[in-house]
Amino acid sequence: MPTWGLRTKWRNANETTVPTKPSRLQQLRHAWPVVVLATLLVVGLAAPLVFHASTVGFFLEVLLGGLMAGVLYSLVALGFVLIYKASGVFNFAQGAMVLFAALATARLAEHMPLVLAAVVSFALMVALAWLVERLVLRPLVNQSAVALLLATLGISFFLEGFGQAIWGNDIYSIDLGLPKEPMILAAQLFEGGILVSRDDLVAASIVAALVLLLGLFFQKTATGRALRAVADDHLAAQSIGIPLNHIWVIVWSVAGFVALVAGLVWGSKLGVQFSLSQIALKALPVAILGGLTSIPGAILGGLIIGVGEKFAEVFLGQALAHWFALSGGGIENWFAYVLVLAFLLVRPEGLFGERHIDRV
Amino acid sequence: MKTTKLKWIGTVVAGACAAGLTVCAAAADTGVVKEQFMPLLVYRTGAYAPNGTPWANAKQDYLKLINARDGGVNGVKLVYEECETAYSADRGVECYERLKSKGPTGAALFDPQSTGITFALTERAPVDKIPMLTVGYGRSESQDGEIFKWNFPLLGTYWTASDILVQYIAKREGGFDHLNGKKIALVFHDSPYGKEPIPLLEERARMHGFELLKIPVSPASMVEQKAVWLQVRQLRPDYVLLWGWGVMNSAALKEAQETAFPRDHMLGVWWSGAEPDVKDVGEGAKGYSALTIQYGAGLSKVQNDILKYVHDKGQGTGPREEVGTVLYNRGLIIAMLSVEAVRRAQEHFGKGKPMTGEQVRWGLENLSLDQKKLDALGFGEMLKPIATSCSNHVGASFARIQTWDGTKWVPGDLYEADQKIITPMAHKFADDYGAKNGITRRTPQDCQS
Amino acid sequence: MLYRENGQFKTSYSADQQLLPIAQDRWFMVGLVTLCFLAVPLLAGDYALRALIIPFLILTIAAIGLNILVGYCGQISLGSAGFMGVGAYVAYNLTVRMPQLNMLLVLLLSGSSAALVGSAFGIPSLRIKGLYLAVATLAAQFFLDWAFVRIPWFTVGSTSGSVSTKPIELFGWIVERPVDKYLFVLGVLFVLTLAAKNLTRSHIGRAWMATRDMDVAAEVIGIRPVVAKLSAFAVSSFYAGIAGALWGFVHLGSWEPLAFDVGMSFNVLFMIIIGGLGSMLGSYFGAGFFVLLPVLLNRIPEMLGIDVSTAMKSHMEAMIFGGLIVLFLAIEPRGLARLWAIGKEKLRIWPFPH
Repeated sequence: MPTWGLRTKWRNANETTVPTKPSRLQQLRHAWPVVVLATLLVVGLAAPLVFHASTVGFFLEVLLGGLMAGVLYSLVALGFVLIYKASGVFNFAQGAMVLFAALATARLAEHMPLVLAAVVSFALMVALAWLVERLVLRPLVNQSAVALLLATLGISFFLEGFGQAIWGNDIYSIDLGLPKEPMILAAQLFEGGILVSRDDLVAASIVAALVLLLGLFFQKTATGRALRAVADDHLAAQSIGIPLNHIWVIVWSVAGFVALVAGLVWGSKLGVQFSLSQIALKALPVAILGGLTSIPGAILGGLIIGVGEKFAEVFLGQALAHWFALSGGGIENWFAYVLVLAFLLVRPEGLFGERHIDRV
Repeated sequence: MKTTKLKWIGTVVAGACAAGLTVCAAAADTGVVKEQFMPLLVYRTGAYAPNGTPWANAKQDYLKLINARDGGVNGVKLVYEECETAYSADRGVECYERLKSKGPTGAALFDPQSTGITFALTERAPVDKIPMLTVGYGRSESQDGEIFKWNFPLLGTYWTASDILVQYIAKREGGFDHLNGKKIALVFHDSPYGKEPIPLLEERARMHGFELLKIPVSPASMVEQKAVWLQVRQLRPDYVLLWGWGVMNSAALKEAQETAFPRDHMLGVWWSGAEPDVKDVGEGAKGYSALTIQYGAGLSKVQNDILKYVHDKGQGTGPREEVGTVLYNRGLIIAMLSVEAVRRAQEHFGKGKPMTGEQVRWGLENLSLDQKKLDALGFGEMLKPIATSCSNHVGASFARIQTWDGTKWVPGDLYEADQKIITPMAHKFADDYGAKNGITRRTPQDCQS
Repeated sequence: MLYRENGQFKTSYSADQQLLPIAQDRWFMVGLVTLCFLAVPLLAGDYALRALIIPFLILTIAAIGLNILVGYCGQISLGSAGFMGVGAYVAYNLTVRMPQLNMLLVLLLSGSSAALVGSAFGIPSLRIKGLYLAVATLAAQFFLDWAFVRIPWFTVGSTSGSVSTKPIELFGWIVERPVDKYLFVLGVLFVLTLAAKNLTRSHIGRAWMATRDMDVAAEVIGIRPVVAKLSAFAVSSFYAGIAGALWGFVHLGSWEPLAFDVGMSFNVLFMIIIGGLGSMLGSYFGAGFFVLLPVLLNRIPEMLGIDVSTAMKSHMEAMIFGGLIVLFLAIEPRGLARLWAIGKEKLRIWPFPH
């Protein structure tokens, strides 16, 4: 069966020699593409200031705005990372799960308090996780990673249709009580002050809390340990008695919880409507840049892409409009992807991902 | 072995069903003769559904009302079928092809609910001889009926809308001469719809000396407008004109709130000023003003009739609370114009007979709804008199400003667009279109037919 | 009994290696082609041709292209709609700026430009594999989306971003009626299918399949990955470009950049998954399935007498599509084409069970 280039790492039990670590000099020589890319990024970031295309105040605003947006992307990317880490499946349906959870909460909240609605939604996500494990993961258990990827694509279509069929296509509100008016900082130092969005700050702290919670879950609880074992080598985990099917349900439930939080945060920001599932298309490059198996990678990837996107949209767009008379706008649709593409060319496993080794 | 056998049987059965149903699908349907077919192109799914759904519901409700209350148009029942376009041009074309020949005399007219789809269908309409009714949208130059025989942008185009917005800004600033040196930013949906007002705004900018800043919002990332509004913050325009549709509007208002752009300096076109756009933002959109095509939200005689004859009988297409909202009322107006065009056509070509597309086109071109007729129809409080002609396919160019006070839309003054500027522009652009597509101006004899 | 090769002895290598070695297959194909070229134009109505058959034929071309890339060469691509757009816009530009060019030449040129763009965006496949390559092709898709909207050269300065085309003229034959369009597209599809089938049976096709199965091993035995992968991208984009040009000129008539967005890419990918990866027939089945499903979904509630709103029909379409993807991957990952192949195998030994 063709594998389309995705394979999990096999451990060779007969290996007796330990491969030598490359020397410092060799490491540096191999790292030059990353260094070049990083330098280019830093130069690109500093260019608007150097060329006086913007005031320092505005520069800081765009930077902060980008960081916040990036944190929100990484919230969705966390779902990708969790599922890939534990089961090697890339879950294309994460965006649809965000939409589904948000729709459920928003619609249920019309009849009950928001917290209760969120709890019921979480229960729905757990039920969904169980169904996915039974109906999709189990029948496809020995198929290639690409078949599973395409199956999750099918799940995403199904969930989008199902969620909207039950709960409707209108724009629904989720009121988390987040403050909407921005803060204007340092109005004396910079003209007009620096705009900091308050609800983005709260959202960023929610994400930080979630990451902390997930970290504690993975390190301190028995289930977390089991999850890490499965992520490391699922055959070995099975051989010591960890029930894989239960683990997958748990992983998808945790990803469902992350999707619920993401849905609540994004839904309160943008309103719960169909385009919410398209956020996943923005979060995909974040997950890949970070390396699909690393949570800190997702956060860092999100920050890089958030900042890069905003800078490209604002400053690169202005530059293109100025030099090539293009009417500007829309660069952030493709910038994240092109950035990730360039990065993958030099470091195919992402920032913190594990190198996958093809054995013939 | 068993599974493969099942698979095999399953495929054969599925294949047979598919073949059988396709044959049925391709077969024409026969119907009763005294029926007028009204195709309804709608979008109830996708990112534009929150705004498209009340419009679609209203169109259907009004057709049901005419059937229930009046027994149809002079005894000819109105039949309709909806087709989902999801605001996409190719699906719109598919729906058009599917519905254009339905009914005893074919489709009466098409209201695609989308400027993009209108562009795609403008070349097909003359060939198939079915008029396009594009109330308040579509090609702005199509108000010149001498070139655009089959397009009817009744009650307003994007040029009349942007003209009125400039007039409103001038009034707020204390006169057109006070516009000199001001900055007006157009935050627009990057599609044919959003780009339409630009020629007129540029002309007005030349006339009065204000600077027009164009900031497009890509449809693929309409909800992510942070970068757009950071740019607006950097450019510090005096006014922002919002030209969005669907979820772009509420996202824009939310981002404006988050970047502290004063909402009372934001003005929206009539497609950016309805309940779905501001409901979610609530207090955050307080002070935001938008246009309406003469009338915004509220109940008058026709809505009460609909509640009585349609919703009370359980035949309502959408929820009862939707009746009387801004987009619902606009859908009612559009449906009314369609029915009145059929009625006018019947007066000329034979009462009590179903009309062909060509005949309905004549009806649209010779529409004359005075105040008495509008009162009788139940739209008297909502609309001013409308009169079309061969060269004037817009009929009337009024619009009202309404302002959101946090919980509801408060109607303001009525303005009229300056046709002295718009008509020559439409004439010129129509001539360009005619030259590119080999269409010559209609002769006076052609205008009478 | 009916489908046996009894008595069909081959006496030359070329006879043995022909496309359709079994005589019954040859007769069937002759019959099918005659039916398509002669009977269908006479029997099918305008609506069926315009709304069902012509999009089916054009999407088959796109599906064949993507199948070559994903099914035969194993490189996942989510950017096929972008390459279709390249073909459509280049064809538009050529017809507007150089109206005297023959339409067939325009098609070839638009396919070739799409092939160039495709190979350029295929260069990452030399370093990146699998899922990461899918993301890289998404970069191509979104970049091309942006380019069509922003760069006015593509739309020849249309202020609205929307372009419209006149009917195709080919050696004096104006392709205007649905029947004309059908025959034109069918002719193009026939030629392209033959070409694709022969390509996949040739040495380059074997190089593709070796790369798909195990690219490191393929490199070891001497197949150059640059040649194999980039040629797959080029050929696939060539097909996508021609499909895009036909989609814009013949099916739509007028389009805006959103006609070739990422949704269309996913649709073409679904077609080849359901139809069958690595199979020409699978592309046909997948495209046919994709075109038929909305029609069926429209008709079935009517037939059963249930009143379903248009929104619900759209949602059901999405749900059924998604469900079928999972079903096919679970039950028959090689798609409808595999079911057809099983059917033929059964027919060979019929009426015996085994």
